[in-house]
Amino acid sequence: MGRLAEILNHLQQGNSEMVSNLTRKAIEEGISPKEVLDRALIEGMNIVGKKYGDHEIFLPEVLLAAKAMYAGMDVLKPLFLKEEVPHRGRIVIGTVQGDLHDIGKNLVGIMLKGAGFEVIDLGNDVPPEMFIEAVKREKAMVIGMSALLTTTMPVMGKVVELLRQEGLQDRVKTIIGGAPVSKEFAQEIGADAYSYDSANAVKSVKELVDEVKERYGGNP
Amino acid sequence: MREIIEIPLSELKPEREEVLKAQGVPAGREQPERLRHLLEEAMEIFFQSSHPRALISELTIPQFEALYKGEGLNAPRTPLEGIFRKADGLALFAFTLGRGIGERINALFRTNEFALANFVDSIASTAADKAIDLLAHFYLRLLSKRGEANSFTGILGYSPGYCGWHISGQKRLFEFLHPEVIGIELLDSFLMRPLKSISGVLVAGRKEIHQFADSYPFCNQCPTHSCQERIRKLLS
Ligand code: B12
Ligand code: SF4
Repeated sequence: MGRLAEILNHLQQGNSEMVSNLTRKAIEEGISPKEVLDRALIEGMNIVGKKYGDHEIFLPEVLLAAKAMYAGMDVLKPLFLKEEVPHRGRIVIGTVQGDLHDIGKNLVGIMLKGAGFEVIDLGNDVPPEMFIEAVKREKAMVIGMSALLTTTMPVMGKVVELLRQEGLQDRVKTIIGGAPVSKEFAQEIGADAYSYDSANAVKSVKELVDEVKERYGGNP
Repeated sequence: MREIIEIPLSELKPEREEVLKAQGVPAGREQPERLRHLLEEAMEIFFQSSHPRALISELTIPQFEALYKGEGLNAPRTPLEGIFRKADGLALFAFTLGRGIGERINALFRTNEFALANFVDSIASTAADKAIDLLAHFYLRLLSKRGEANSFTGILGYSPGYCGWHISGQKRLFEFLHPEVIGIELLDSFLMRPLKSISGVLVAGRKEIHQFADSYPFCNQCPTHSCQERIRKLLS
């Protein structure tokens, strides 16, 4: 079995230590960090994500695989220029002001990182202005917002409104999620997308990022 | 009656199957050994980092009636308004697992221990839910001691944020109960800090008073219809 296939295999089984060791070996053998990243780590998480979507495996296994992927990334990170791992787009994510529920937001962040995005996690209880500051500072393409309470949902609308006021609505797309949130609510506040769960969130974010890239190239 | 109750963690500990179910794992699915160990470890962490405390305080029907009006945001018709007036006893409650468990979960996420963190989170959420049943038992024993309950008495908990009782109902509930004494703070969004906390009212009365049909307008959006399961369990 080739080295990359080995990593792919251990990643799916959630063997962090093996993924870390084999990633190191792959580099020693002259495989480029980018190749290990794309063809073993991200590809591994793609397969895991697909199996999860098809109910072949379940959340605990996905999370073990994600830890293994991160272990591989830790090995690769110092090898990239300025320690910046190449990514397919930068996403700012957070739970909106007044809300402390962050488990769902964390899961979405883990899956997005697994799919090759760079995720800037602002944590929970995030005021609208902080989302805007973060997208400007990080040159992010998407804001992901989570709310689990009906009383905190309106904050999402404020973020969309602030983006508009700053004239950023075409360069920065918004996606929302959480139990009381719906597609209709997303439309109502003018958010660009809504996702029911983390697997769908990855799909939607890919589409949003492609949209931004199409308009503005890789660097909005 | 107004009392602070220390609930033993052993009574709150959920079954493995309940935790797996909370994570969407179908019943009876064989778990890889590593995950079985991880779940055991998560149970350990739950025991180390949780400090459960509850507060319970009785009130009269007129007192609850005033409290239930809340900020005037409840659904026009709710199941609870048809139930509490027939009660033989009402008691507000608040329960928390304390701050430590949430901090531990966050720390585990930060160190990429995602599966472990998520197990601890599900254990804690399931335990918090379970606390309502334990508080109901506590209240039933108390009423029985006072000769105010018999074998026909059934107690169920109802919470702001559920079934038409608007979450802003937390405001008046806090004003009456003062869960601050057990370390729970209410935010402007009506969320309680620590996160792993619950609140509500225990309604004691003939078991049948808890029976209702799940046909309120807001039931259309309800993903669980868990009321029917609760009623079935109580009546069986
Ligand atoms: C578990 C739970 C609890 C736990 C704690 C929650 C926690 N996580 O720590 C306990 C039992 C303590 C609890 C307590 C309460 N709860 Co509660 N709780 C839930 C429950 C059942 C699940 C939440 C959860 O953790 N889900 C698991 C995670 C992984 O899922 P998730 O957060 O939804 O995230 C997924 C998706 O939504 C999506 N997603 C999430 N964020 C994002 C972001 C983006 C960008 C995208 C794309 C997608 C996305 O992807 C995620 C992964 O698949 C929900 C109902 C529900 N079905 O969601 C009620 C719910 C949130 N609770 C509710 C209520 C009312 C309460 C209480 C106020 C009740 C009370 N009076 O005691 C208290 C409040 C607690 C507090 N501190 O103030 C209500 C809120 C309704 C409202 N009116 O606002 C809900 C919605 C239940 C209901 N009535 O339908 N709760
Ligand atoms: S169906 Fe859902 S919302 Fe309606 S009463 Fe039952 S539990 Fe509450």
